[in-house]
Amino acid sequence: MSRSGRLGWYAGTAVVLAVAVLPVLWIVSLSLKSPATITDKRPWPVDPTLENYRSIAGSALFTRALLNSVGIGLTTTVLAVALATPAAYALTRLRFRGEALVLPLTLAVAVFPPVALVGPLFDLWRALGLYDTWAGLVIPYLSFALPLAMWTLTAFFRGLPWEMEEAAQADGATPWQAFRRVLVPLARPGVLTAAILVFFFAWNDFVFAISLTSSDRSRTVPAALAFFPGDERFAQPVGSIAAAAVVVTVPVLVATLVFQRRLVAGLTAGVVKR
Amino acid sequence: MAAVAGYPVLYGIWLSLQRYDLRFPDERGFVGLGNYAAVLSAPVFWAALAATAVITVVAVGLELAAGLGIALILRRGLAGRRALHAALLLPYGIITVVAAFAWQYLATPSLSFLTDRAWLGQRWSSFAVIIATEVWKATPFVALLLLAGLAAVPEELMDTATLDGAGRWQRFERVLLPAIRPVLLVVLLYRTVDTVRVFDTVFIQTNGANGTQTLSLLAYRQLADRLNLGLGSAVSVLLFLLAAAIAVGFVWVFRADLRELSQGGGR
Repeated sequence: MSRSGRLGWYAGTAVVLAVAVLPVLWIVSLSLKSPATITDKRPWPVDPTLENYRSIAGSALFTRALLNSVGIGLTTTVLAVALATPAAYALTRLRFRGEALVLPLTLAVAVFPPVALVGPLFDLWRALGLYDTWAGLVIPYLSFALPLAMWTLTAFFRGLPWEMEEAAQADGATPWQAFRRVLVPLARPGVLTAAILVFFFAWNDFVFAISLTSSDRSRTVPAALAFFPGDERFAQPVGSIAAAAVVVTVPVLVATLVFQRRLVAGLTAGVVKR
Repeated sequence: MAAVAGYPVLYGIWLSLQRYDLRFPDERGFVGLGNYAAVLSAPVFWAALAATAVITVVAVGLELAAGLGIALILRRGLAGRRALHAALLLPYGIITVVAAFAWQYLATPSLSFLTDRAWLGQRWSSFAVIIATEVWKATPFVALLLLAGLAAVPEELMDTATLDGAGRWQRFERVLLPAIRPVLLVVLLYRTVDTVRVFDTVFIQTNGANGTQTLSLLAYRQLADRLNLGLGSAVSVLLFLLAAAIAVGFVWVFRADLRELSQGGGR
């Protein structure tokens, strides 16, 4: 490669890196500014303070929303993975007739606009007493998370060396032992990937979170952020929002970096030939 | 699972055929396609459709162009590649609402070190901020998928093309692009149907002001603020039909390419 060509690629890398990181650093910077300096229009905080973090840590509005987000996210993840794993296993092993329908059905769910469920669920949940509860959010999340988990797991299972299971059975293991000792360890990375993708989905949702909740009983962080009350009327509490944004971004960031390779494998599963 | 997911969908269609305003529950009744007639003759619906179309077309176009560029950079395997790869997952992992706030604060003159202009005060600049946020959030996903597609192109194929005297552009156009065409199409389809329902970014940044109200936001306003379940459901059903029509039309037009992909996929 020519020298100027190489420089061009490096310049491209630098630009992409800068654009990817800038908005995140900006939120961090805002979160460390005091109310007095937040409108100083400087890229970084001149006099960094944790005031905003202390303020949200002492606000039930935020801590309760964080608890709801974690609880609802984990419940959705555990249920989705527990239901999707055996289903994906069956789908991979049994080669049943409806197999050709799986892709279109998954696509149908991927296409479905969440807002189209808001009206019916709002009405049904009020009648069933599920409005503004954890279950009221977990149920719609599952309807999107299950196909997502099935899709990821099926693609992963297809790549597994199934001969090993048969070999274990030939060596005298019962089907259950073969499943437990051979398959479960092999399947673990795929299950982990599906779990992360599902958790991200639930953690990110905004449409259901603002439509099917009305109080801090079940309101998750994205919804709470949109309704953060300002100190002054008509003014958003920018510092508090920024601090809360950083707090909810950190766990996702850590998970993303730790499971980087799994995540990419999961995202590209089933779309790209291997 | 089908019952859990299917019942609310059918119930939503049923609601869209009724006069059902929670502020006037006594007036509830079946009106057939009356809500659809009302929605389709309302200028606000067509304005929302136009706003949705603008955001979708521009954002998805930019995502594919930028995503392809980034995938090509990553494929080079230069120094900084791992940092770039990790940095790409940053926008992907971040909550959309947080991304919307970050870009809003970059575009707010009283806060931002970048601008003195009230970007979210005018129509086209509002669209620019919304689209920038969407592109920032989704491009990594596009880039990673296209990179996986590029990685499947055999290196010998590229070497042969070089030996045959193909220049850089020719190698891209004649070898790489055809090889990743199926993946490119899947990404295009997925991003289009995903962007058609854009909601979070618009809700946070403009709340539909300056002509940026999208179809999802219009449906939400009818349902949640005006408590008109009939009209709101009609808008939702129309939005779903639009997304479904795009998906079905797309799959039909590109059926040959997609068949190739599903036959090669993971067997």
